Amino acid sequence: MTSAQNSPYAQGVSRRSLFRGAVGLAGVSALGIPALSACSSSSSKSSGSTGGNAGAATGTVTIGSNGSDQVPKKAFADLFAAADTATGLKTTVNTVDHNTFQQNISTYLQGTPDDIFTWFAGYRMQFFAQQGLLHDVNDVWDKIGGNFSDAIKAQSKGLDGKYYFVPDYYYPWGLFYSKSAWAAKGYTAPTTWDDFITLCKKMKSDGLSPVALGEQDGWPAMGTFDYINMRTNGYQFHIELMQGKQAWTDPKVKATFDHWTELLGYTSPGANGRKWQDAVAMVMNGQAGMCVHGLDQAGPQFQAAGKSDDLDFFAFPSIDPANGQDAVEAPIDGWMMSKKPKNHDGAVKLLEWLGTTEAQNTYLASSPNDVAAANNPDTSKYNALQKKSIQFVSSAKQISQFMDRDANPTFVSTVMIPALQKFIGDPSSIGSALSDIESQKKTIYAS
Amino acid sequence: MADKRAKLRKLTGRDKAVLTAMAGIPALLTTALIWVPALGSIVLSFSKWNGIGGFDQIQWIGGKNYYNITHGYPPFGPAWHHNLIWFAVFVLVPVPLGLYLATQLDKRIAASRIYQNIFFLPVVLSLALVGFMVELIYAPEQGLINNLTGHTKPGNLVDWIGNPHLNLFAVLTLAVWRQTGYVMILWLAGLKAVDPALREAAALDGANEWQTFRRVVLPALRPVTIVVTVITVVETLRAFDIVYVVNRGKNGLELLSTLITDNIVGEAIRVGFGSALASILLVVSVLVIVPYLIVTFRKED
Repeated sequence: MTSAQNSPYAQGVSRRSLFRGAVGLAGVSALGIPALSACSSSSSKSSGSTGGNAGAATGTVTIGSNGSDQVPKKAFADLFAAADTATGLKTTVNTVDHNTFQQNISTYLQGTPDDIFTWFAGYRMQFFAQQGLLHDVNDVWDKIGGNFSDAIKAQSKGLDGKYYFVPDYYYPWGLFYSKSAWAAKGYTAPTTWDDFITLCKKMKSDGLSPVALGEQDGWPAMGTFDYINMRTNGYQFHIELMQGKQAWTDPKVKATFDHWTELLGYTSPGANGRKWQDAVAMVMNGQAGMCVHGLDQAGPQFQAAGKSDDLDFFAFPSIDPANGQDAVEAPIDGWMMSKKPKNHDGAVKLLEWLGTTEAQNTYLASSPNDVAAANNPDTSKYNALQKKSIQFVSSAKQISQFMDRDANPTFVSTVMIPALQKFIGDPSSIGSALSDIESQKKTIYAS
Repeated sequence: MADKRAKLRKLTGRDKAVLTAMAGIPALLTTALIWVPALGSIVLSFSKWNGIGGFDQIQWIGGKNYYNITHGYPPFGPAWHHNLIWFAVFVLVPVPLGLYLATQLDKRIAASRIYQNIFFLPVVLSLALVGFMVELIYAPEQGLINNLTGHTKPGNLVDWIGNPHLNLFAVLTLAVWRQTGYVMILWLAGLKAVDPALREAAALDGANEWQTFRRVVLPALRPVTIVVTVITVVETLRAFDIVYVVNRGKNGLELLSTLITDNIVGEAIRVGFGSALASILLVVSVLVIVPYLIVTFRKED
């Protein structure tokens, strides 16, 4: 855990690591050739570097995907078409609506799940590993370990120290804005809270909604909470609060909400009745100045409107100088293996390929709103925002996932979503709400 | 009594088999699919279980779930309140409005089939579609109402979906729109079944239209009235889909049903807590429906 807290996911791309990447790619394409020589008996424990245990694996591998939105859907289709060619397997993708997939995950995993499926790093992965619903992927990591930084490795392990997760990509959260709209008004990105509020005031007097927020689905405002809390109280306190080890009645939490109350004065009214897509649209159309979101949300929408070049972002401003802008929220998405995959060897082989730079860049070619989790991405094809994201995350001192990935999911969905919506609708209600949150937290986390 | 027993004895083996099958299979299905799960929920409501793994993972914690629901679960009160509002609106609007529309359609006016279809159409729409319509109509910047009335600016925006004092009624408008068509068809079927001779007799006795309706038609509709009442109660207690599509039943749209799914459906779940909520809803349903049916059908005899 400490390495996850102290070191960024991706280091800058050195010449040496680029070279290693090239070698890795060559190795992968060699694997792609159906190697008759590699008919070692299948799943014996890790047999070294090339060819390998899964080399002989064939047949169909099924994949459960939550990539139901247009851009990820196409990216997954391209990815698995390439996977078929590269691995000689036949992949079948079952796509389920993004939110439904998450809602049904525990039923899905206890039923007849696909061999591998999309999921998220953090507590959200560790929980299911702990419940015994996942197959560990240590043998995959024997192969792909060299592709990832220590921080990423730490985020891929369960509480028992085994690997359960193969990271695919990550994306940063920040304050997103339209470059052309800002250039027209001469706005510049603030780095401190005071400058931030000054900018909001200026935007308001220019007739803009300074900060757009669409909280109808319940989760988007969590990003704002996470950032204000990390800036006010520091990363360590934030993570402990998420893990149930700090009290919500602590005056420090109240301080976070006090800062947020100030910001709500400059937030588009009616947030609880707005979809996040509409909030991003407000930024894109110049009705609003900025929004706290992930590149994964703001990016596709600007892309769909043909305005990718107009999108930019900056780090959430610092509040307490002691914490500066050290922490960055950058959720990692990736793959997990279900408890009893029908084609274990095939699934291992596929995951080994999915953990390569080649596979991750194939995905990112059609979804340029994320950054490959592997260490040596070929950044020549990256757009400006992707390059900025690598830099952004590399310079972070600590990295958080997201409230609904770092905290207990029951607590987040039954307590925090209603509480945040209530706070946004009526900021003065937070005083009494915090003790309600704390008492519910105690019953939910005590198990 | 002796006669009946004699008759029973006369049933052939085959008759008995048929009778057993006809009564037994539905009874078995009802028991297996409705009563066993319902009782299972009640049992589970005294437990703590995250729904993963076997029954050995279940911890028994007595009435603690019920205590937590009533003492430390803020959405519980509002959910009750909203279910009651839902019921009041469903009684006051779709029931009389459906009856009114049905009597008009029953008059064999021109193109009555077309009107009938227009009013019934919403019942056929999938709820995902109705949820989408909520967005089209009520969204703050993009929605129909705010654009027609010019309320799309930050200063004067009407937050139909996000304001907890407004959103229940915004959603109820669409729910009523669906429910009215449903109730109307029930009333219409009842009206079609009223013997025309009754109306003729009333007319001959010099009753005007209102008197005929009040004194002759309405009493003849009694069986339909029972159905409509039961449907209204049932639709209130199981109201769920529209609010769930809009915001999963949060922030002013809490209903007992959404609280149950909130706790039972999801990534990490509280089966015991959700079962306790479901048991409360079950008790309420039984308390409302059973006495009503007993009283009504006793009068019928």
